[in-house]
Amino acid sequence: MTFHVNGRTYSEEPFAGQCLRTFLRDLGCFGVKKGCDQGDCGACTVWVEGTPVHSCLMPAMRAAGKHVTTIEGLASEGALHPMQQQFLNAQGFQCGFCTAGMIMTAASLTEDDIQNDLARNLKGNLCRCTGYHAIEDAIHGVATVEQDAPGCSAGTGVGAPAGPLVVTGHARYTMDTAMEGMLHLKVVRSPYAHAKVLAIDTSKAKAVPGVHRVYTWEDVPRRIYTTSIHEDFRVDPNDTYMLDNVARFVGQRMVAVVAETEAAAEEACRQVVIEWEELPAVFDPEEAMRIGAPAVHSRGVDAFIRQPERNILIDVHGNIGDVESAFATADVIHEGTYATHRGQHAHLETHGSIAWVDEHGRLNIRTSSQSPFICRDKIAYLFQLGLPDVRVFCERMGGGFGGKQEVLTEDLVALAAMDTGRPVQWEFTREEQFVGSTYRHPMKVTVKLGATHEGVLTAMQLRIVSNTGAYGNHGGETLYHACSECIGLYRSPNKKIDAYAVYTNTVPSGAIRGYGLTQTIFAVESALDELARALEMDPFELRQKNVVRPGDPMLSLGMEISDTEIGSYGLDECVELVRDALARGNGVNPPNDDDWLVGTGIAYAMHDAAPPTEHRSNAAIELREDGAYELVSGTAEFGNGTTTQHIQIAATILGTTASRFHMIQSDTDRTGYDTGAFASTGTFVAGKAVALAAEALRDRILGFAAQVMDVEPGMCRMDNDGVICGEGRCTLANLWQAARERGVQLGLSRKAYGSPRSVAFNVHGFRLAVHRVSGEIQILQSVHAADAGTVINPMQLRGQIEGAVAQGIGWALYERIVLDDAGKIVNPAFRNYRIPAYADIPRTEIFFADTHDAIGPLGAKGMGECPINPVAPALANALEDATGIRFREMPFRPDLIYKPIYEKFGAGTI
Amino acid sequence: MNLNTVQELRGARAVEQPDFAWREGDSWLAGGTWLYSEPQVGIRRLFDLRDFGWEPLEVSAAGLRIAATCRIAELYALAAPEDWLAAPMIGECCRAFLASFKIWNEATVGGNICMSLPASPMTSMAASLEAIYTLRALDGSERQISAVDFTLGPHVVALEPGELLRAIDIPADVLRRRAAFRRSTLTHLGRSTALIIGTSHAPDQPFVLTISASTPRPVQLSFPQAPTAAELRAAINDAIPDDAWFDDVHGSPAYRQHMSLHYAEQIRAELAGGAA
Repeated sequence: MTFHVNGRTYSEEPFAGQCLRTFLRDLGCFGVKKGCDQGDCGACTVWVEGTPVHSCLMPAMRAAGKHVTTIEGLASEGALHPMQQQFLNAQGFQCGFCTAGMIMTAASLTEDDIQNDLARNLKGNLCRCTGYHAIEDAIHGVATVEQDAPGCSAGTGVGAPAGPLVVTGHARYTMDTAMEGMLHLKVVRSPYAHAKVLAIDTSKAKAVPGVHRVYTWEDVPRRIYTTSIHEDFRVDPNDTYMLDNVARFVGQRMVAVVAETEAAAEEACRQVVIEWEELPAVFDPEEAMRIGAPAVHSRGVDAFIRQPERNILIDVHGNIGDVESAFATADVIHEGTYATHRGQHAHLETHGSIAWVDEHGRLNIRTSSQSPFICRDKIAYLFQLGLPDVRVFCERMGGGFGGKQEVLTEDLVALAAMDTGRPVQWEFTREEQFVGSTYRHPMKVTVKLGATHEGVLTAMQLRIVSNTGAYGNHGGETLYHACSECIGLYRSPNKKIDAYAVYTNTVPSGAIRGYGLTQTIFAVESALDELARALEMDPFELRQKNVVRPGDPMLSLGMEISDTEIGSYGLDECVELVRDALARGNGVNPPNDDDWLVGTGIAYAMHDAAPPTEHRSNAAIELREDGAYELVSGTAEFGNGTTTQHIQIAATILGTTASRFHMIQSDTDRTGYDTGAFASTGTFVAGKAVALAAEALRDRILGFAAQVMDVEPGMCRMDNDGVICGEGRCTLANLWQAARERGVQLGLSRKAYGSPRSVAFNVHGFRLAVHRVSGEIQILQSVHAADAGTVINPMQLRGQIEGAVAQGIGWALYERIVLDDAGKIVNPAFRNYRIPAYADIPRTEIFFADTHDAIGPLGAKGMGECPINPVAPALANALEDATGIRFREMPFRPDLIYKPIYEKFGAGTI
Repeated sequence: MNLNTVQELRGARAVEQPDFAWREGDSWLAGGTWLYSEPQVGIRRLFDLRDFGWEPLEVSAAGLRIAATCRIAELYALAAPEDWLAAPMIGECCRAFLASFKIWNEATVGGNICMSLPASPMTSMAASLEAIYTLRALDGSERQISAVDFTLGPHVVALEPGELLRAIDIPADVLRRRAAFRRSTLTHLGRSTALIIGTSHAPDQPFVLTISASTPRPVQLSFPQAPTAAELRAAINDAIPDDAWFDDVHGSPAYRQHMSLHYAEQIRAELAGGAA
């Protein structure tokens, strides 16, 4: 068959059931992405005879004889298509994984489609990073990217260095490679929530043509570990085996098959016969804590599991002052229980990795991980290898949000690659992403608040029950985080917390933006709003009376001495910005006054700028022969924008522009150690290492230039591509030559450590309308103010906030995982787990507090996670303001909230 | 996604060969947009209906004939005769797809009907407009069945093995009625939680209300003339008991009932000219 792809003609035979997406990738068009492989996300959009289609849904043979255009073929004669240029000019992407599909879709639209029906025309393209604002700008031709001036890069909206590769489809992501002899790995997953394996018959599976290996629990190292990623593995429970003979949730991987093709591996998986003994299962954490409940982990040998017989992974108790007495004397008490649900990261690039053994016998792993270094350490431990025997690296990644702070695929491909001597890849399907990865911990939080008539908080008490699912991984650390800033933000002399992370036979929870805190902030900020209502006090006023001020300790669990301090305080400014914006309004009104109830709500959030666990980063900068710089950083880029920030920090200090940097990153062979791109550390810790290295290199360059030019060091200053030395000037290229001749190295590395820690603040406000009959919510105004310290890149920071707000709106209003009675997820697909599309997300007005942090690099604080935290409670508070009804359980989806609203306001309409 | 168990993809005319035998694992292929969207481990051979080359749309005095292989994009672009007052329902139902306009470029009317989800908008359209389906067996014999009778439930239709949906005929008389449309979704432009259409020439003429998406299969209620609000409500409650509303992640049964009753009354009021 003949195919015309991007102007070239191919004579190829797709296999009978092959879709166009994989066929195009086989031809080397790696710009055609797999987000879902089900037609829901649009990342694989291509044109067939000029008509846009989702290539994952088209039989490849249907494109025979036709002209196919992929993102790689959109630019002509080296000139970008106008839509590609527009996406570059507005940076209409973060991770960039959805971008090819977005551009191929947008470029097919008419002006009328764009002006009059963009919501409908974009509904088949999902983006999880941007919140769609930058994409909308790109499509409308609005340019937001700025050029920086030498030495003034920080504060400028510089475009991401990878931009041109992203918009042309040439950026390489984890699975965008074809290696000679690649084998494919697939797994058999447990159909039971709790069951013991009695026997596994792999004979039929091994007989499937093309199958190389079938691994069961008896074939893998029996070494207990944790899949979660932290600098110190001992903060997480060791409760996991690579493959186990006990299944603890529906979807747990039980058997791995390695074959020549995915098709053969899938067929072999279907031929594996497992004989099971079903065990009693428990799904609800409160039930799991009762004496006599089925034990999810019966062994109880790992000292970390606090009470295995009651399924309590860890319990945390804090006490400051005396809440009992304070409640006894409080003028007003509010108590309520708030429930949050599982939320999926839904990064467009699924988990996946490729492993091979190179000619030196070293294990190489190319993976989608937020921490290649700790992944390497874990692999070395599992297979008892020396660290130098393992290399782990990341290409560009298609989103993470914490989901990739977990080793979920790397171990099995490593095992298979070392065993077979062939490269082995395993790429999660979207369904596997739902059944076999992790979620936000569902939490039930009881909040009790006591206050005086004047609104002074006298007591705050929390009881938190967190569902860690079948495995502990991040259960402990998220629980500690859940206990901290949510009440640390408020001065109350009496505080008490009892918190439990509990095992159940459900899909494991894990790390996700906000890391446990988002759930308790929802509870506390909702409860404060209810208290304000009870006091008949403005919700801003109640909070302002009680928030911590500079110099105050931020206490939650106890009086322990902490390394966290208020390095800058922009909370008051954030409050003013949101209050003013809401007061100003934006002129958007509900469709009509009769059927819509309107209300306003706000919420605050505080977030530590680094984790309490150890966190280290290393950065190296070297002057190159051409006078440009090479910046080497271990942290990974998954759309969080750290690459741009790091370059801007270095450019600012070295007196040049971002364009003069070349970046090497996230590779255990090529970069210094980095704990990982998580816990909002990309700016605060890794960025600090960059700043320290840049300062050191600047000083060395100036000192050396002074020597070469024979002037006082004080007479020298950096000048873009050169150094001004008194009256003279020498270029950096010349300096490099001189340094080489004199044996001087113009390169330096520095380390940074995630301590002391500062805090960031976020305030969100919503005005919304809710329909009195249908319960539909329309967001009329969305306002967010952030205290990020120095804003290194305002365009990027807006994007981070917009993305976090969109993720928060999705979690609060639309997304919902449903388990059946047997613990199986019934909706493991984007079509049934609706993350927000463009039509679902309002434009958020974003404001920055004007502060400079005393601790962060160039005065900056991280914003990767915290903007999500006030979103859900602000929505809940606005909903009560509109209806007088408090909703304490998320999500606030029309079918889940309409009833009390209709009963109160809708009578007579049906 | 790749359908890795498929061993053969052929034009549908292959079934006209004298030695052809339909066997387990055989399936028709229409647009492919649903088939390729989920694992289909039971399928071994696919027969591409486009091979038949059917005319997508035929407008005649009798009404509208839609070939099963007509793409959604083609249907959406239909220029209907002016006196087909109900023709806007066709466009409304196209827009009721959760799927993108890009999917419309390949997805077919027949495919959406035969895949048969409660939220299948082409089922809603065909049932509401009282379409008659022509089904064709492997031996070429044909039979007719009403749209409402064809759809039996989620992923269950009245097709025999090897039988295919050939065409959807919408009578001109129905197309000339006035019509009203209401749809409920849980997200903006999302999947239908309830899709209700009413048709009537005039308040004193027959009034037909079709409830879909909120029920496992379309439910059609016919009245000799526009009912009162109470009559309509009673008829709906009679036809669809509390436990018969559809239950899935796109809406609770109680909500589907609530919104269906709400919209049914709006439609009644609209077509009855405000008469209570």
